[in-house]
Amino acid sequence: MDKELETQVLIIGGGATGTGLARDLALRGVRCILVEKKDINAGASGGNHGLLHSGARYISSDPAAARECCDEGAIIKRLAPQCVEDTGGIFVAVKGDDENYIADFAGRCGRCGIAATAVDLGDALEIESCLSPDIIAAFAVEDASIDPFKLSLDNLAQAGNYGTSHLLHHKVVGFDKHGGHIDSVRFLDLRHGGMVRVRADQIVNATGSWAGEVAAMAGARINMVYSQGTLIITQMRLGERVINRLRKAADADILVPAGTVSIFGTTSKRIDSPDQCRPTTAEIDAMIVDGMAMVPKLADTRYIRAYAGVRPLVRSGNASDDRAVSRGYSLLDHEPDGLENFITITGGKLTTYRLMAEKTADLVCRRLGNSNPCRTAIDPLPASNEARYTEPGFTPKMWFKQKDPSDLLLCECEMVPTSVFNEIAAFLTHNGHRPGLREMGQRSRVGKGPCQGSFCSLRMAAHMYNEGMLRGGEGVGELKDFLNERWRGMQPLLWGPAVSQAELQEALHCGLLGLDVCETA
Amino acid sequence: METAKARPIECRLMVIGAGMAGMAAALFAARRGISTVQAGLTGETLYASGLFDLYGVSHGNTRELIDDPWQGLKQLEQNHPEHPLCRVSTHQIRSAIDLVTDFLGDAGHPYTGYPNKNARLITPVGTIKRTFRVPETMWAGVQALEEKAPCLIVDIQGLRGFSAMQILSTLKPSWPDLKSASIDLPWENRLGPKYAEHIARGLEVEAARRELADAIRPHLEQVKYVGLPAILGIHDSEGVRRDLKQMLGRPVFEIPTMPPAISGIRLKEAFENHLPPRGVQSFYHHTVHTIHRRANGRFVLELGRTEPETTVEADNVLLATGRFLGKGLVAERQGIREALMNLPVCQPENRSCWHRQQFLDPKGHAINLAGLEVDDRFRPIDPDGKVVYENLFAAGSILAHQDWIRTKSGTGIAVATAFGAIEAMAGSGC
Repeated sequence: MDKELETQVLIIGGGATGTGLARDLALRGVRCILVEKKDINAGASGGNHGLLHSGARYISSDPAAARECCDEGAIIKRLAPQCVEDTGGIFVAVKGDDENYIADFAGRCGRCGIAATAVDLGDALEIESCLSPDIIAAFAVEDASIDPFKLSLDNLAQAGNYGTSHLLHHKVVGFDKHGGHIDSVRFLDLRHGGMVRVRADQIVNATGSWAGEVAAMAGARINMVYSQGTLIITQMRLGERVINRLRKAADADILVPAGTVSIFGTTSKRIDSPDQCRPTTAEIDAMIVDGMAMVPKLADTRYIRAYAGVRPLVRSGNASDDRAVSRGYSLLDHEPDGLENFITITGGKLTTYRLMAEKTADLVCRRLGNSNPCRTAIDPLPASNEARYTEPGFTPKMWFKQKDPSDLLLCECEMVPTSVFNEIAAFLTHNGHRPGLREMGQRSRVGKGPCQGSFCSLRMAAHMYNEGMLRGGEGVGELKDFLNERWRGMQPLLWGPAVSQAELQEALHCGLLGLDVCETA
Repeated sequence: METAKARPIECRLMVIGAGMAGMAAALFAARRGISTVQAGLTGETLYASGLFDLYGVSHGNTRELIDDPWQGLKQLEQNHPEHPLCRVSTHQIRSAIDLVTDFLGDAGHPYTGYPNKNARLITPVGTIKRTFRVPETMWAGVQALEEKAPCLIVDIQGLRGFSAMQILSTLKPSWPDLKSASIDLPWENRLGPKYAEHIARGLEVEAARRELADAIRPHLEQVKYVGLPAILGIHDSEGVRRDLKQMLGRPVFEIPTMPPAISGIRLKEAFENHLPPRGVQSFYHHTVHTIHRRANGRFVLELGRTEPETTVEADNVLLATGRFLGKGLVAERQGIREALMNLPVCQPENRSCWHRQQFLDPKGHAINLAGLEVDDRFRPIDPDGKVVYENLFAAGSILAHQDWIRTKSGTGIAVATAFGAIEAMAGSGC
């Protein structure tokens, strides 16, 4: 064993739930270590709509979840306003949509405590000019747009201020048990090799879609199904509000504005393993055809990126449609499985992440004999420095204001200057992580503009060598890894001008630089 | 709309496209005394690397690095006879390349290379690139690499995406005698980003070259060669290089840079300035707005910038409009089409088959093999193999069954097929 660590609570998984739990426990005075296999929000927490649900979407399939969304949405808007754009939302039905569902909509919302106000169709078309003129009903609701990366980074930053540490790129490889008690968990350091052992009193499995695999390693069984949801990002923002299709939850019925872009989705495609998650051309083509009925512009707007997340659904009954499996969360106490200090929290939604963390922390604290109350429904979530660069338009504003001509732009599409790059790199180094191109992409807007990393990747790699952040032959692997990752999101959206961009990228990276064959001297 | 009032221009050949294939075709046609009109956008050439690739990596599912391109092409003919390079003889390819490099030499940008071997040169990310004809300004780099000679790599502060340290660190294990230096441009006090084009235009002045040499000189101890990013002038790159070589007392070479690079500007300006005097009536920055074919077979085309300005009547048309970036092909969600005349495009069954899951998959992407199918005389054919029009030809990257990026054969395919098409046309008596 190369490294041994000890703590009260080990949290496995660095998504919204894990980072939210780290903060909740830190505020109750509990010592924690969070360990993540990839980077923050690498799973469903990063692969979702960025939608703070009013709850109206779930009124028929899951009224309890609808109520939770309604309450939690209000809390997040109030306590973490830096992560939220309070756009409001609108539900619209078009010709051919189920008339009965439309007629019951407001009443059902009301029964869940969700505000839904009928909007005159003329007014609806005026406030949202991108809507189809064929709409037949419209209701205003309290949806909002949320930046899940900023949210998780802010949660983790505050937990860090209270002494919580975290490891990235460490994968669980085994549990050391004594009877029904887990003494320690072993992790493989995926970046540098070597093993780390973490001893903890309580272990929380917050690995989302991977919860079943991790639990199995510990000796517990969770019956999970994996439902892939694919989303696509438009180059321009379409619509001011969150636009929902007024029908029973189905594919391609939500369009969420996020700063300068919009996110359109989603799908529900059963996959066998969460590692198979990948957006496909078939899903996207079907989604666009379906979505055109609500927002005709979806047919010819330019898309810049596709991505997918896996909904971790815990199966109880025999539901045939994955959308019928509860979207509520699952807090699993594994004592009945013979594991006295192991808890799984999975399922749920981004909107209810705080509640999930609270309920988990309650159980953990009960076991630790800690009676401090939860603070996250009362205390504001402080905005951290390290999370501020995820916001579209933030770095250009800052760069123009500072007017320092020697602060060269590394990403020209999204205008990310060298100083921001260096600041993020310093944060990463400070927390014991190696700064890399993908980590930069996660914490800022680099690579997210129309060039999708073709040019900025080269500028960043050169800069990293000059700063000693890359050594020896690391740069080639770093570039390949970053470009292949960006490609995942480009490939299913390649038609129209995007194909020309891809051709230029390939001419540069393969034709000139030979990254496809990588001949060495 | 009333258009093109003046009398139509009559010519034997209309070349559509002003990339490498279109330029080469116009050059070859003018040389044969064929009256030629050319129209097209030269913008895409700005992205050209300036290197004349012929055949550097084998075509097909297994990619092998190729030392002797002529041997490689023999293999290609056996395994992939449908490849456009297999529709021209070795002799024709040599002539095509020599004619174009001679033309560029006369325009101030001489090229060099081995008769039967690909040259290897270093890239800004420290990988090795194979190519066939190298600008004289880069040739010393080929020799330095071959000898693994003591060599200094210099970068310019503010010129982003080019780090001498990156090149050195990546190559050091196999080339221990590399050194790096990072210098400030002596004559440039302005803070902020530096651009290769700007520096290159500056270096056309002797005083600037002297200052650059002074800045490099302190780093020359035990150095046999000096490598710089590609910045050695726009119009007389060879003159700038020779002068700097003399000042530093050792061979100097350029290393390609990422866009915006000057290699493309050099080519674009060389062609734009030196092709018209050879007898090509050129309409650069004009596109073809309409094209139709008379009952007698002649093509009538309307050219213009934003609207039709000129009418051309041509006995023959050569299509060298490029692929997606050049706008010769258009990729729609439902399929790929040829942009100007809606010619049949050979393509994968549907969009799901266009690209592979890994960008850098060595097997390459199927969409890159899509394009126009032609007969032995470079005339587009339909799926039944029938020639679309006996006086319509196509050349360059728009052709199907080739992947110029992955096989490192961009210029080779452009000039060889242009040569083949012009020979076929001239021989046809059309």
